[in-house]
Amino acid sequence: MESVVFVFSLIDCCALIFLSVYFIITLSDLECDYINARSCCSKLNKWVVPELIGHTIVTVLMLISLHWFIFLLNFPVATWNIYRFIMVPSGNLGVFDPTEIHNRGQLKSHMKEAMIKLGFHLLCFFMYLYSMILALIND
Amino acid sequence: MEVCHSLKQIFVLFLYLFLAIDSSSTTSSASPVINNYDALEGGGYPGELFAASAVFCFLLYIIFVFPILETNSATSSPAPTPQTSRMPKPFGYGYPTLQPGYQNATPSTSAMQPSNPGHHSGFQQYPQYPGVNQLSSTLGGLSLQHSQQPESLRPVNLTQERNILPVSPVLAPVPNLNSDLRKLNCSPDSFRCTLTNIPQTQALLNKAKLPLGLLLHPFRDLTQLPVITSSTIVRCRSCRTYINPFVSFIDQRRWKCNLCYRVNDVPEEFMYNPLTRSYGEPHKRPEVQNSTVEFIASSDYMLRPPQPAVYLFVLDVSHNAVEAGYLTIVCQSLLENLDKLPGDSRTRIGFITFDSTVHFYNLQEGLSQPQMLIVSDIDDVFLPTPDSLLVNLHESKELIKDLLSALPNMFINTRETHSALGPALQAAFKLMSPTGGRISVFQSQLPSLGAGLLHSREDPNQRSSTKVVQHLGPATDFYKKLALDCSGQQTAVDLFLLSSQYADLASLACMSKYSAGCIYYYPSFHHSHNPAQAEKLQKDLKRYLTRKIGFEAVMRIRCTKGLSIHTFHGNFFVRSTDLLSLANINPDAGFAVQMSIEESLTDTSLVCFQTALLYTSSKGERRIRVHTLCLPVVTSLSDVYAGADVQAAVCLLANMAVDRSVSSSLSDARDALVNAVVDSLSAYISTASNLQQSTLIAPNSLRLFPLYVLALLKQKAFRTGTSTRLDDRIYAMCQIKSQPLVHLMKMIHPNLYRIDRLTNEGAIHVNDRVVPQPPLQKLSAEKLTREGAFLMDCGSIFYIWIGKSCDNSFIKDVLGYPNYASVPQKLTQLPELDTLSSERARSFITWLRDSRPLNPVLQVIRDESPAKTDFFQHLVEDRTEAAFSYYEFLLHIQQQICK
Repeated sequence: MESVVFVFSLIDCCALIFLSVYFIITLSDLECDYINARSCCSKLNKWVVPELIGHTIVTVLMLISLHWFIFLLNFPVATWNIYRFIMVPSGNLGVFDPTEIHNRGQLKSHMKEAMIKLGFHLLCFFMYLYSMILALIND
Repeated sequence: MEVCHSLKQIFVLFLYLFLAIDSSSTTSSASPVINNYDALEGGGYPGELFAASAVFCFLLYIIFVFPILETNSATSSPAPTPQTSRMPKPFGYGYPTLQPGYQNATPSTSAMQPSNPGHHSGFQQYPQYPGVNQLSSTLGGLSLQHSQQPESLRPVNLTQERNILPVSPVLAPVPNLNSDLRKLNCSPDSFRCTLTNIPQTQALLNKAKLPLGLLLHPFRDLTQLPVITSSTIVRCRSCRTYINPFVSFIDQRRWKCNLCYRVNDVPEEFMYNPLTRSYGEPHKRPEVQNSTVEFIASSDYMLRPPQPAVYLFVLDVSHNAVEAGYLTIVCQSLLENLDKLPGDSRTRIGFITFDSTVHFYNLQEGLSQPQMLIVSDIDDVFLPTPDSLLVNLHESKELIKDLLSALPNMFINTRETHSALGPALQAAFKLMSPTGGRISVFQSQLPSLGAGLLHSREDPNQRSSTKVVQHLGPATDFYKKLALDCSGQQTAVDLFLLSSQYADLASLACMSKYSAGCIYYYPSFHHSHNPAQAEKLQKDLKRYLTRKIGFEAVMRIRCTKGLSIHTFHGNFFVRSTDLLSLANINPDAGFAVQMSIEESLTDTSLVCFQTALLYTSSKGERRIRVHTLCLPVVTSLSDVYAGADVQAAVCLLANMAVDRSVSSSLSDARDALVNAVVDSLSAYISTASNLQQSTLIAPNSLRLFPLYVLALLKQKAFRTGTSTRLDDRIYAMCQIKSQPLVHLMKMIHPNLYRIDRLTNEGAIHVNDRVVPQPPLQKLSAEKLTREGAFLMDCGSIFYIWIGKSCDNSFIKDVLGYPNYASVPQKLTQLPELDTLSSERARSFITWLRDSRPLNPVLQVIRDESPAKTDFFQHLVEDRTEAAFSYYEFLLHIQQQICK
C-alpha cells in the first residue's frame, strides 16, 4: 500500500516538474520577445488548474496516508497555489494576465515563483523516490 | 546581465532535455515570430538572438554529452538561485534606510527667509504659527550670500511661505545642459522626465526618494514638424535607435549611437543634405538638427498595405438613451463634420444601433434608402450582410446623410428598456476585424442583456465612506477580452458614457483601456435638463470627429543602456517588454512610464530617451514620429533635487496611485501619496544637516509638492469622506491614466484668476489682440472676495464665480445683465458686448481656450446657486469636513517627518 502511494506521488511529481519547466520556458520566451503576452498568458492559464489539482492530490494523499512530514512540507505550497487562484480579481483573465504581466515587475516575480516551485518539486521528487524504494524494500 | 540571462536559458534547456519534453515547442518558441508588428518597429538587442543561437549550439552539445550531464543534473538542478529579481515596492521605488548625516548639500538656515514678508499682516489662515514676524526679521537680508546656489535648490520654509504659488503658470524646469544641446532638446510638452538630472545609480535615486519616470504626449498637435522622406531611415544596427541630434559623429563616415554606444556607418545617401543641397555634411541633416521628426516609412515598415480610415458608430437606442436625447446631438455633429472626418477616398463608415436586439444598416450604394436589418439572436450574433454594412463614405454619402437625419426620430416611441451592449460590441468587432479602425460606442445605461451584462454594484450609502471604497476594478473579464481581441485586429473602441445612473464604468472602461481607445463620461446627461453637458458633448464630438488620428500604431520607448522601463501607464496593450500596441492614436492621449536604473551610469554624462511611434495616417501613409530627450547625469543628491520636475512627479505619482487603488485599496494609495511627500522631504532635510530639523524645508524645485499632493488627495479619484459617485471616481482615474501632463495638471490643480479688474498690465499680444495676464490666485476661499468675479480653469471646464456684491458695472459690461440678481442660474456663454472689460475678459478666455485642444465649457456660477459646490470643491487649500487644509497638511507632514 505504502509503495502504491509513493509510486503515484512520484508520477504526479514528475508531471508537476514538467509543468514548472513549461512555465519557466514560456515565461522566458516572453521575456525574450519570442511570443507575445496574450499567447503566453493563455498558454499558462490553461495549466494553472491542473497544477493546482495535481499538487492538492499529493498533499491530501500524504495526509490520508499519515506522512506528516511530507504533508507539512507540501501544505504551504498547496495553500499558496489555491490562494493565488482564488485571489485573481474578477476582471483578470487568470493568474497570468496579459495586460499586467509587463507591469510592476510581475514577469520577474512569476519567473521567480516558477523557479522556486521547480526546486521544491525536484526536492519532493527525490524524497518520494527514496520513500518509494524504502517502501518497496520493506514490502 | 546578459551572461546571467543566457546561463538561465542554458539551464532551462538543460532541464528541458533532461525531462525530454517534445522538442517541437522549443523550435516554435525560440524562433522569433515575424508575423506581428514587433518585428517592424524593430525588436530588442540582437544579443538575445545571439544568446538563442548559442543555446542551440549548446543543445547539440548536450545531445552528445547527455549521459554525463544526466548524472550531474541530480545535484545541480535544485541548486540554481533564482535570478535576483527586484521585487519593486508597491509604490514603484524602494526606500532603503538613509545614511545619517548625508552631507552633500549644506544650505544653511539663513536662507530660509520668507520671500514675501508683506503678507504677515493679513495672517488669519495660519493662526497656530507663532512668531513668524520675529523669525523673518532675524533672518532678513541674509539670502544674498547664497546667490551662487541655483534657484531651484533655494530652501523654502513651507510653513512660513504664505504665497507658495507663483503668479504665472509653472513652467517645466530646463535641463542643465549646454546651450547647444538645450536648443536641440525635445519640447517639454511632448516629453518630460520627473528628474531633469538623472541620478547616476539606483542607490542615489533611492536616497532621493523621488519617482523616476517619463511623461509622454507623443502625438500632440504640432504647428511645426519636420517631415523626412528618404529611402533609408538611418538607425543603429544593434538597438534600432533612430539617428537623432544627440549622436556623435566620429568622422564623416561613422556615427556612435547614444543609447547603446555602437559605432555605425553613415549610409551614402545620408551624406547629401536635401535642405542645403550640399554633400558631406551629415550633421546638418534635419534628422540631426531636430529632436522631433517624422519619417515617411517605406514598405519595410508594413505588414499589409496601409489600412483605410474606418469608422464604426455603435449607438444605444433603448428607451433610456432616447429619453436623454443624445442621438440628435450625435447625428447633428456627424452630419456637420462628415466631410471633415480624417481620411482619403477609401474612408469607410458604418452604423450599428442596439437595444435588446442589434440593428445593422445596409448603406450599399445604389439603394434608394438605408435598409435596417435586425438581428434578434443576441446569444450568437452574426452579420446579416457582411459586405454592405461598412461602406465607402464618398460613394454612399447621400444614404449616410439620410440615415443620420432619420435616426433621431426612428426610435422615438421605443419602449425597449434593455441594452444588449455586449452582443453589439461582438458584432462590431466582427465587422471591423478585416480592416481595423475605430469603433465609437455610445452607451446610456448598465448593459442588461447577453454577453457582458453587468449588475449594479454601487451602494449609494457608501459614497462618502472614509473607509473602504469597493468595486474599483472590473466585474467581468468580458470587456478586457474583447479589447484585447480588438487590439489584435487593430481596432480601438472609444466609449461615450451618457448615463444618469450607475453604469459600472469600471467594467465598461476596460473596452477602451486595453484597445487604446478613449473614454468620455457625461454624468446625468440630458439634452434639455442639463444644457452644460449637452454643450460639452457637442464640443467634444466636434473635436473627436475632426482631430488627427493614426491607425495600426505601435510605440516603443528606448533609453540609454543602464536604464530600464518597468511599468507603463495609459490606454494601450503592452505586447512585449517595451512595445506598446496602439490600435489608434489620437493627439489627446498621454502616457507615463516608470523607470529604474539597472546599471550605474558611470561612463556617461548624458542619457537619452527616444520614443518612436509608427502609425498609419488617415491618408494611408505609414509614418514614424520620433521624439528624443537628452538629460544630464549627476552624482550628488543636491543636484538630483535641483532638477526635480514637481509637476511631472505629481502626475506620475497620480498614475501610480490609480494602479495602487485598484490592485490594493484606496486608503493604501492615499497613504502612499502622503508618504511620497514625507519621504522625499525628510530625505532632503537630512541631506542638509545644519538645517533645523523641526522646520519643514523643501528645495525650491519641490516647494509645490505638498500642495499638489494635497490637491490630488482632494481630487475626485482619491478623495474620501466627501460624497463621490463610483462612476465619477472611476472616470477621474481613467483620466489620470490617459491624459497628457498639461491637461492632468489643470485637473489636479486648477488655475484661478480674478477677472473683474483685468488690466493691460503685462498683457501679451496674440494675433493683434491684447490678452491680459491676471496673476494666479491660490485655491482658497480666502482669496474670493464678494466684490469680485473669478475664473477657474479646470482644463475641461471653466467656472466663473460671481460674488454677491460684485460690481454692477462688471455684470453689465461683461455678462450683459443689469444687476447681480438678474444673472440666470444656468449661464454658459459670455455675450459679445462692445465694452472694454467685456473685450478683455473674452480675449482672455479665448486665449485660454486656444491653448488646448478640448473646447472647455463655461459655467457662470452665482454665489448662492446650487452649482456652487462644484466650484468650491476645487478650492484645495481650504479645510473640508473630511480633509486637511493646506496648512494642516503641512503640519501633518512635519509630524510624520519628526517621527
